[in-house]
Amino acid sequence: MRKLAIVALCAIAAGCGKGPPPAPSDAEAAFEKKLQEQFLDAKPGTVIEIPPGKHSLQRVLTLRANGVTVRGAGADKSILSFQNQISGPEGMLVYANDFTIEHLAIEDSKGDGLKINDGENITIRDVRVEWTAGPSKDNGAYAIYPVKCKNVLIEDSVAIGSRDAGIYVGQSQDIVVRRNRAEKNVAGIEIENSIRADVYENTATGNTGGILVFNMPDLTQHGEHARVYKNKVVANNLGNFGAKGTAVASVPAGSGVIVTSNPKVEIFDNDIADNRTANLIIASYYITNFADKKPTEGYDPYPKSIYVHDNRFSGGGDSPDGLDWKALKVSMFGINGHFPDVLWDGFVDAKAQVNGQYPAEQRICVKNGEVEVLNVDGPNKFSNPKVFKDEFHCELPPLAAVEMKGKA
Amino acid sequence: MSSFARISSAILALAALAGCARTPQPVHSFAEGKPDKLSDWHLVEARDGRLVPNTDVVPYDLNTPLFSDYAHKFRTLWMPKGTTAKYDAEGPFDFPVGTVLTKTFFYPKTGGDAKAVARTYDTSRDFAAGSANEALDLATVRLIETRILVRREKGWEAIPYVWNAAQTDAELARTGDAIALELVDTEASKAGRDESRPANAREAFTYVVPNENQCAGCHVTNVKAKAIEPLGPRARHINRDYAYAAGAENQLAHWTKLGMLAGAPDAAQAPRDANWHDAKAPVAERARAYLDVNCSMCHSPTGPANTTALDLRSANTDLRRLGLCKPPVAAGRGTGDRLFDIVPGKPDDSILLYRVTSNEAGVMMPEMGRNTTHKEGVELIRDWIAATSGNCDA
Repeated sequence: MRKLAIVALCAIAAGCGKGPPPAPSDAEAAFEKKLQEQFLDAKPGTVIEIPPGKHSLQRVLTLRANGVTVRGAGADKSILSFQNQISGPEGMLVYANDFTIEHLAIEDSKGDGLKINDGENITIRDVRVEWTAGPSKDNGAYAIYPVKCKNVLIEDSVAIGSRDAGIYVGQSQDIVVRRNRAEKNVAGIEIENSIRADVYENTATGNTGGILVFNMPDLTQHGEHARVYKNKVVANNLGNFGAKGTAVASVPAGSGVIVTSNPKVEIFDNDIADNRTANLIIASYYITNFADKKPTEGYDPYPKSIYVHDNRFSGGGDSPDGLDWKALKVSMFGINGHFPDVLWDGFVDAKAQVNGQYPAEQRICVKNGEVEVLNVDGPNKFSNPKVFKDEFHCELPPLAAVEMKGKA
Repeated sequence: MSSFARISSAILALAALAGCARTPQPVHSFAEGKPDKLSDWHLVEARDGRLVPNTDVVPYDLNTPLFSDYAHKFRTLWMPKGTTAKYDAEGPFDFPVGTVLTKTFFYPKTGGDAKAVARTYDTSRDFAAGSANEALDLATVRLIETRILVRREKGWEAIPYVWNAAQTDAELARTGDAIALELVDTEASKAGRDESRPANAREAFTYVVPNENQCAGCHVTNVKAKAIEPLGPRARHINRDYAYAAGAENQLAHWTKLGMLAGAPDAAQAPRDANWHDAKAPVAERARAYLDVNCSMCHSPTGPANTTALDLRSANTDLRRLGLCKPPVAAGRGTGDRLFDIVPGKPDDSILLYRVTSNEAGVMMPEMGRNTTHKEGVELIRDWIAATSGNCDA
């Protein structure tokens, strides 16, 4: 009833704030005009300084010149606010190489916060991108979003409130994501369809899922080779507020690290704790409840060459998201029990196997002390789940570190 | 009449004579820089109550135009004397250095307050008497902005100008502009008006003039090449008649006759997209033409939205890439909780329809260029999806 009344009020008030936003003050308009001109006039070597203060902007800041630096006075001092945005939808949109952005914040953009499309040599340092009202269906998809980029460094940055992924690196190659904090996003940090990524010393907490390494069909490239290490992936139990239809909408609340369909992933030396569905999930494209069950040709839906070792797991797995998973947990481990630290969906690529085994280099290896693996038997709708202790004990050669040209 | 008055009227008459006799200055295609006034180019000029293209400036129109908040558009082409554009069946024609295109955005006036502009498809009152479709009547239209695309040595550049209130000239607006307007469904606009909208209904919105970098948001159709290109003057869009002062003629034929275009086949042999608003044309052709013009500058295999694997060019024949049963990639809340871009037969389950209907930044498609919903365009896409067969069940 109350909901109905609110709906009626919205209709009367012309959509609850969805009319044109308030006109900017003269000072705001003058600031924006000057800043827009700086983005238009930027040339290689230009440094655009964002002064301290909270600056309200109406329009996306678009950059098309190579070799530009955008620099503020600190991620809590120089704030670009898009609360009253009329044109975008991004906060900042960059189509350029040799781009550095540092020491500033982008808040409340209508769409993605910082999107960098098709650039090389990208540095994002001490940048905070946040939707300040916290998790909400009105938030943009990605906070920090390089896509189709080469040589990407994201460090000491913060992403809060994304309706999809906080730090999302898509269809890119040679990537370092380090010392960042991702909170209250659906996915904290996501590496998708990317080649060679090092993700380390980050903190992902309070998200629906902490760190995701995904490989999806249809896209411009297939992903492989990611190292996830020395991260703190703790208590990612936020209810999933992703939009249906998006890949992350299928992420159960309480997921620590998830690998989906991505080959060559090494996960080691992390602290992964208190993620109440599971601390680590290794899945194929088929377990996800993506509606699409017919991925395109040339796409490998199975995770292969996954190596999990020397992580510190604690807590978690005690209250999985979703009725199926809850029932499975209770039936196997009791009301007070918990899932093992590693869940595997059990889908295998029979064509790639010989005598029921992948070739050594394609196996899923878990060499992590006493850590157990639960095969949830996804192919048979969870009918014959089984806990493995030793069967996954194997080693893979370590993956090479990412080398970025010209970057420390 | 006093002698003073007589002298004054003599002076006025002389001035008027001089005005008539005045030969307009030739077009100035600036090889670099951004002149402060639109009039500096001498391409289209406001005089004697009309917006008039200069000599050798040729107006043109498209089969299906981009939707821009119901604005009407007046487009012109000018090329340096003796130069010729090379025809291309798919991409933009190869125009010579010096070429300048203009596109003037305007609305029919309603006779109401300054903010009010008419929402109508009726263009019959836009043009000055006796000009066919070659000059706008400034008594009946409100000019908003004129965008220039100029072909320079280094490539195309986009330069936006915004008209002053007196409609005497437009000023450079590199950072764009935001203009508060209200669309009014007037009786005068009834000819093209959607009957479901009551007369004098008003819709307030902010008309956004893009800044230079936003121009590139649509006009850079190859994200790797990063070069600005014209979008309209392509064979499939301009293969239609235009009402010139000397009579109606196919635009490809007219440009060829003027020596501006080389290599074009007969109009009947050239590609031709449907007019989205032509109720006699098949719905699928109209919908695909509409998607091509409104979406494919980004949603093509080379465009900035190639991250999403959605290809909305009219030439695309891959149904999955057209969006049929394709899951979204980076839509965020733009999915509207729907699972696929297009669900055949089910427009309300299709993300595409949801996004073209929305006028909320972050959800709506296209991402810019409009702040209102194109109701008639949405209905066309709805009809097309409803008539598309297939299903997305696993």
